[in-house]
Amino acid sequence: MRDADADAGAAKEPRYLPRRMSLATASPPTGRHQHKVVATVEEALADVKDGARIMVGGFGLSGNAEALIAGVVKKGVKDLTLISNNAGNLGKGLNAWLEAGIVRRFIGSYIGTNEALHRAMAAGTVEVEMTPQGTFIERIRAAGAGIPAFFTPTGAGTVVAEGKETRVFDGREHVLESALHADFALVRARKADRFGNLRFYRTARNFSPVMCSAASVSIVEADEIVENGAIDPDDVHLPGIFVHRLLEVREHEDAFEYRNTRKRPA
Amino acid sequence: MVWSKEQMAARAAQEIGAGSIVNLGIGLPTMVADYLPADLGVWFHSENGLLGMGPFPYEGDEDSQIINAGKQTVTIVPGGSIFDSAASFGMIRGRHVDLAILGAMQIAANGDLANWAIPGGKVMGIGGAMDLASGAKRILVMTTHVTNKGEPKLVERCTYPLTAKGCVNRILSELAVIDVTPEGFRLVELAPGVSEAEVRQKTGAPLAV
Repeated sequence: MRDADADAGAAKEPRYLPRRMSLATASPPTGRHQHKVVATVEEALADVKDGARIMVGGFGLSGNAEALIAGVVKKGVKDLTLISNNAGNLGKGLNAWLEAGIVRRFIGSYIGTNEALHRAMAAGTVEVEMTPQGTFIERIRAAGAGIPAFFTPTGAGTVVAEGKETRVFDGREHVLESALHADFALVRARKADRFGNLRFYRTARNFSPVMCSAASVSIVEADEIVENGAIDPDDVHLPGIFVHRLLEVREHEDAFEYRNTRKRPA
Repeated sequence: MVWSKEQMAARAAQEIGAGSIVNLGIGLPTMVADYLPADLGVWFHSENGLLGMGPFPYEGDEDSQIINAGKQTVTIVPGGSIFDSAASFGMIRGRHVDLAILGAMQIAANGDLANWAIPGGKVMGIGGAMDLASGAKRILVMTTHVTNKGEPKLVERCTYPLTAKGCVNRILSELAVIDVTPEGFRLVELAPGVSEAEVRQKTGAPLAV
């Protein structure tokens, strides 16, 4: 691994504020933005350890980093905290993590028809924290933007607010929610340049760019990696400052969950 | 005669003003889009990150990476846009969405909504329901008037876990249109041939006229 500063390994207390670095060192501190492109899934996931907190982008099966998701199972790490809106569906995507029994805790917003997760919950092997979807992504956004906590109207007066501080603003009750940080983010992008500037495709974007901002190490599975300059600065969806590792994967299953169509007029 | 699902969708479409931003919940509310005049200038928001959602694609045109919040394949109309989930929920929480049409398990006379969990039932998750219920400018609930066991869904106080407090403006069932007012439920309109007595009998709280 060329990225010597990528030290976010096993479970640590999440830290929301960047540590200040001293300038009184003999040589300038090493950055993380020189060499990001890796050749294999194994290299991309080299420092993922047991107990890691991992964010995974995707809305159900749309926008999944398929090779990285499979790679985590193959690597054999366990006791993971999975932070993702859903945890796969129809036996695909992150269902593989649940079926492999490597998830100890799941933080997300929706279960629905996810039978693998229902089974794991019934068996008591996975602890589940349910968050409203907007609060879920705002907690992640806050972590990436250096905001330790925020008040939101969503969930006031519901089970979501239980045990949390509340405060009235403009006559309306708000709930204090905390930032959500991770050791790693695994996301899918349509295109990346070598610095890690990203473009996403359609609704495959969803949680992914925000998750990249909130993880100590964000690992991107891109359909295509291009030279710097090949993406116009005005067309960048996520600046490369939030991206630490890039893997090009050209082939994807891109499975459908519900394939709804209408008849083409004759 | 009660309203059919199609008639309910057509009636709900009358609640949508020209040029508004609308979020349609999963299930019955999804049908409302089929009953809007094309020239009304309504934009559909889908909380997974799409504004300008169009109908289902023609057979053969479906793309697994263009979906709505129910994970169904959809299309994007000209003028549509894509954004991340934080921006999408900012639109909802920030009061930029004019109307959300949602399903319900219970609605209380004070406007409380319960639509995400049944006590003792399988936990399905919250998804975007709490954000939409508390964030959209106006909430229209589309629901059957009673449960499949015949119990009223319009009640004095919700006994199911709440989605949001005091959020519901109007309810459309197969029997009637009912508003939530500071004084409680108020009957606005009856489906053709449905009596006020029947609606009152199937409503679990006082109903003003």
